[in-house]
This record gives sequence, C-alpha cells and structure tokens, in this order.
Amino acid sequence: MTDPLVEIRNLTVRYGESVALDDVSLSVAGGEIVTIVGPNGSGKSTLIRAILGGVTPARGGVHKAPGLRIGYVPQRLVLDPTLPMTVRRFLSLPRRVSAAAAREALDSAGVPGLGGRQMAALSGGQFQRVLLARALLERPDLLILDEATAGLDQPGSAAFYRRIEEVRAETGCAVLMVSHDLHVVMSASDRVVCLNGHVCCEGAPEVVAETPDYRALFGEGTRGTMALYRHHHDHSHGDGHAHGHDHEHSHDHSHDPEHRQPAAAEGTQNSDPGR
Amino acid sequence: MILDDFMTRAALAGIGTALAAAPLGCFVVWRRMAYFGDATAHAAILGVALSLAFQLPVFAGALVVALVMATVVSLMSGRGYAMDTLLGVMAHSALAFGLVAVSFLDSVRIDVMAYLFGDILAVSRGDLAVIWGGAVLVLGLVGWRWSALLTATLNPDLARAAGLDPRREELVLTLSLAVVVAVAIKVVGVLLITAMLIVPAATVRPFARTPEAMGLGAAALAMATSYGGLRLSYAFDTPTGPTIVCVAAICFALSASLAGLMRRQRG
Repeated sequence: MTDPLVEIRNLTVRYGESVALDDVSLSVAGGEIVTIVGPNGSGKSTLIRAILGGVTPARGGVHKAPGLRIGYVPQRLVLDPTLPMTVRRFLSLPRRVSAAAAREALDSAGVPGLGGRQMAALSGGQFQRVLLARALLERPDLLILDEATAGLDQPGSAAFYRRIEEVRAETGCAVLMVSHDLHVVMSASDRVVCLNGHVCCEGAPEVVAETPDYRALFGEGTRGTMALYRHHHDHSHGDGHAHGHDHEHSHDHSHDPEHRQPAAAEGTQNSDPGR
Repeated sequence: MILDDFMTRAALAGIGTALAAAPLGCFVVWRRMAYFGDATAHAAILGVALSLAFQLPVFAGALVVALVMATVVSLMSGRGYAMDTLLGVMAHSALAFGLVAVSFLDSVRIDVMAYLFGDILAVSRGDLAVIWGGAVLVLGLVGWRWSALLTATLNPDLARAAGLDPRREELVLTLSLAVVVAVAIKVVGVLLITAMLIVPAATVRPFARTPEAMGLGAAALAMATSYGGLRLSYAFDTPTGPTIVCVAAICFALSASLAGLMRRQRG
C-alpha cells in the first residue's frame, strides 16, 4: 500500500473541560472506503473537523499528504434565505468551473440538468447530490462525507451510498464517511472504525459488527439489518442483473421490497424491519 | 471647477459611500451581522470624540475604534452570552460612552448631530478623497475575496476543505466594515450607517438569482437612492442623511410588496 493520504496520530481534542477525542489514531490510504460509526456525541464530527483543520488539538495531530485535495460533503448546509444561489453558481464555489465540467459533475452525481435551479428549491436528495457534485469538481483524492444522508429516507440514502462506491471505482479516490445508517454504510465500506471518544474497534465490517464493543454500543439488532443489507447489496451488484446499474430513485423504491422479502423469508435476523 | 459646487461634492460622497456599502451589505445580510454593523458604527462616535480630543483626523479615530470594537465583539462571542445580547450591550454602551466623551470636549464646539446623522452638504475635497479612497479599498477587498467570502459564509468547513481559512475571510469583512463605517460617518452619520449597508441589499434580494446579481443590484440601487435622497432633501429642505435612508426604505417597501404579489400570482 502507498503512504496514507491522512494519518491521525494520538489526537486529543478538548472543548473546555470535556474531552471530545481521546488519543485517536487512524489513517486512510488511497482508494479506501473507511466508515466511522459511533453514537451521538462520540466525536465523529469533531474528528472530521480536525482533518479539515477546524479544531486545535490538545495533543497529537493530523498529517495530510502534501497537495492532498479534499472533497467535502457536509452533514447539512443551511442556506440563509436571503442568499440567492443557483446550482450552477454553487458548483463554482470557491473556484470557477467550466459549464461542461459543471454539467458532467451533475450527471455524475445523478442529478442532471439542475444547473438553473435555485438551491433552496431542491429536494433533500437533490440537495445532497448537488453537494456531492461540488465535492467531485475538486477532483478529490479524498472524499469526506459527514452524515451526508441525514435528511434522506432509506432508499434515498442507499442509492446515495451506491453512487459513492461507483465514484470510488471511477475516480479511485479514497472515501472517509461518518454515518448513522450503519447497515447501509457498513456494507459499502472496506474498513469500519467504531468511535466513542476513543477508537473502540476497527476492521472489516463483518469483523467489527461481531465485536463486543460494537454490540455494546449498537445492540444486537443492527447485525440482522446489516446482514439483510449485505444480501441486498451483493445481489444488486454481483450478478449483472438487468437493472443492476440503474440508479434512479424509482429503482430503489420499486426493488427494495422485493429484495427485502426473500431476505426476511430466509430467516435473517431482522429484528427491526421498520428501519 | 466642478468640485467647487457643494451639491456635486455631496453627490459624489453619497455615491462613493453607497458603492462601498451595498456589496459589503450583502454579506452583512447573508451572515446576519446587522447588529454587528450597528455595534461597530456606534463605537465610531467614541472614535470621533477621541480624535477631536487628540486633534487627529476624525476618519482615523473612527476607523481605529471601529476596528477595536469589531475585534472585541469577535473575541467575546461564544463566551456565555447570546450574540444579540452581547452586541446590544456593546453597541449602546459604545454610543453612550462616545456621547459622554464628546461632552467633555468643551474646548472644541462640535455639533454632535453632524456625527450622529451625517453632514453630507459640508463634505470637503479632502473628505471626498478619503471617502473614495475607502470605497475603492473596500470594493477591491470584497471583490478580490468574493468567492472565498461566499464559501466561508455558506459553511466554514466547506471553506476549510477547499484550503481557505474562514477566519481570514472574516477578518476581511471586519476590516471592510470598519472602513465603511469610517467613511460613511460624514455622509449618513453613525446611527444610520447600518441602513446604508442592509436596506439596498434587502431590497434587491427578491429579484436576484445569484449572489453577484444581488451585489451589483444593491450597489446600483444604493447609488440611485443616495442621489435621489440628496435631490429630495435639497428640494424639501430636509436633513440629507435621513432623507437618503427614507428613500431607500420606501424602495424596500415597494420591493417587498411587489415580491409578495409575484409570489401570490405564482402560487
């Protein structure tokens, strides 16, 4: 493996008296998809902000590869209603991009032809994909997603993460993401890091899901849903299925129930079917 | 020479101030800094008092105190008080201290009203040079950092990911704001500076599709209202600074009603 793109060494971050991150070490190599999971207040967003350079560490530090280009998709972008902003203009922030590049980025993020729309008029899913398009225009070596699907329903976020995997395959960029959608995200990851102020456990998704630390944090239930999604995921990508690479939203809506049904019938421990 | 005419000088002073204030005012609106502008402007009266006491140029004193005020507010934010409370305290105490300080200056007989509400008809050639120098500086700064400022305004982390330093961009805004306050004292006075910043921007908002359109539109409208206000104040013998703000406010009311009508028609 090549040198890591980002290497975090013994990072400790304090907010006043409280310790947000305690002696966290973590690295991301080129082309890798790493997911950070953890309960609320576990320091996930602080870790992301530390990588971006927005917090001052009490100890340790973040080393980035020289010239590293980062594409960042924030958890939520609140557009003040007084700020007019077309999608096309947004894509050119902070660096101007050509009309052709903007069109291509929107196509590649799965939202073609939105350039003339106002950002405020977009749906939640479209908005997140436009954020993704902007991040891709930076031609990132590392794509950072902070709860990028927080406002989306499950089919929407599943489709979003499938898109991320394709982007990785097309561009070879590494991906570091934080998410609550454990099952969806973990199945798309090469490596999962379970964070709760410190790194509880780290490894391949299957391995992490079996560790006592992970189960203590997220309970047994998520294992079942994860297995379910693993199944869904392998199925839609593994067999050259006619619709396998159709990434319209409608596809997800129409196909999810079909895949969910047999999986449940096979007796996968689906303890939380409503999620 | 053309600058011999006080009306010409007044018109140029108003247009220069409008040109600098309006695009910056867009950021004041987008970042919800109206009260911050108020605090900075009110503090400037203290600067006026100090410069008169030490016989320094009023512009320099106002600029320095406005900068100090802006910095103190930035440093104190997030220390236990809500931002609007903090700014309210700072804005009005700065004004009160400034007025008290001015009253000590019995050696110089000054007309406080001129600094509170402006005295655009008394603008000298030197004042004009300062106003246009300041306007060019602010336009240059804001124009140069425009995209970076916009990115940092949207989301500081987004700016950091793109290799920008949002704190530096904030500093650009703070500095520009202090300069605008200092040059606008003569034109509209410390009490009405915030109006020069935000009213044109807010008026243009419903008709703008991009940030640039809003900035340019606000600048054009601000120049027009400055000139219109000046002519009206001459015709009706009303105080000029407040008249300019009245014209801008009427434009805002028209724009808001029109925007409401357009929304109803579409809906």
